[in-house]
Amino acid sequence: MLTKRIIPCLDIKDGRTVKGVNFVNIRDAGDPVELGARYAEQGADELVFLDITATTDNRKTFVELVREIARHVNIPFTVGGGISSLADVAPLLEAGADKVSINSAAVRTPQLIDDLAKAFGSQFVVLAIDARKINNQWIVHTHGGSNPTNKKLFSWAREGQNRGAGEILFTSMDHDGTRQGFAIDPLSKLHELLQIPVIASGGAGNKEHFLHAFALGKADAALAASLFHFGELSIPELKSYLKTSGVSIRT
Amino acid sequence: MVAIIKYNAGNIRSVAFALERLQVSFTITDNPEEIQKADKIIFPGVGEANTTMCYLKEKKLDALIKNLKQPVLGICLGMQLLCAYSEENDTRCIGVFDEQVKKFQPQGHEKVPHMGWNSILPTHEWVDRNVADKFVYFVHSYFVPVNSHTSAITEYIQPFSAAMKKDNFYAVQFHPEKSAAVGEKILCSFLKQS
Repeated sequence: MLTKRIIPCLDIKDGRTVKGVNFVNIRDAGDPVELGARYAEQGADELVFLDITATTDNRKTFVELVREIARHVNIPFTVGGGISSLADVAPLLEAGADKVSINSAAVRTPQLIDDLAKAFGSQFVVLAIDARKINNQWIVHTHGGSNPTNKKLFSWAREGQNRGAGEILFTSMDHDGTRQGFAIDPLSKLHELLQIPVIASGGAGNKEHFLHAFALGKADAALAASLFHFGELSIPELKSYLKTSGVSIRT
Repeated sequence: MVAIIKYNAGNIRSVAFALERLQVSFTITDNPEEIQKADKIIFPGVGEANTTMCYLKEKKLDALIKNLKQPVLGICLGMQLLCAYSEENDTRCIGVFDEQVKKFQPQGHEKVPHMGWNSILPTHEWVDRNVADKFVYFVHSYFVPVNSHTSAITEYIQPFSAAMKKDNFYAVQFHPEKSAAVGEKILCSFLKQS
């Protein structure tokens, strides 16, 4: 049976993880390669690495890092941050990334989704959408959530799917950082609306929140960052809880 | 020496790194002589069937692959291209396995592609029995139905071939190079074949 996926997300700046990760016996808490490998050993199903500075200058550093991650990590991983063209993507694929996530650039130039899907296949393209509820509408935001756009979550997600995105990574900015749980209603609506997998992001504060994202939000995968990094919830503990609660999970 | 066939497939680097982690020496090549003299051959694949077959034909790699005598492992699209035909853009494939590759037709609200970790049931000894009911990573929209060459079965929408074997040809629909320790075990099972 196909299982629900648990995905730790690591923010990268200048080739280093931004937030320290609270692992016992870790040699270098800022080394994304070691942290990624550790999460893989613990049973993470996939990893996401976001280049949060993503300037032209450090692009090469990031590609080198992607190569090292691919060398040492034996599970699939997505890379994102600052991808704005086909030319940005080819070196990441060549370095061993399994998927790329695109966000602001896709809003600016939706054709980018078609072009990436055509060049590398839909399975390679994750459309990340940051949205916030304004006047009862889920409004898409870009640039790390700072710029509101005229796009609405559901129509944009559907357009992304039609243009060839292989997955939707939905972050509710209203929930992100609150630790109060994922945005269940829009998740279940995305599930109804789409034929491609949906990754829930934003709001994870405890293991019950993951259960809700899967059982009520019907998410195919759930992503979290600080909850895992600070050691507040370990992946084995989360997975064993989900399995006991009847969620199909890889253990 | 293991030869990884070099062509426009997406996962060549990942396959190479997986062999590196297993400390197996390998070369990535599209040179016919080098391919022919390798002990084992890996035919990776991520992409679209038709474009890929055109590329292989242009490089005359299709005939070369079909006539190989040493153990060959097709991965994902590599497995599908070893079949006779794919529904993906009406593509005639290499034809080692006399099978038709079909597109998943959701019966309810199943998502396509089939993406993520799913369990496998080995039905042939080449796929290590220790991996029964363990999970491997899949990403695909097309599948090979269960047939007389099936050597492991996975269920998504319907049972399909997760692995196959015919003579010196081995194939897996999932990505052993991305399937953590279980994937490594299966790659090792292949590397032990002679």
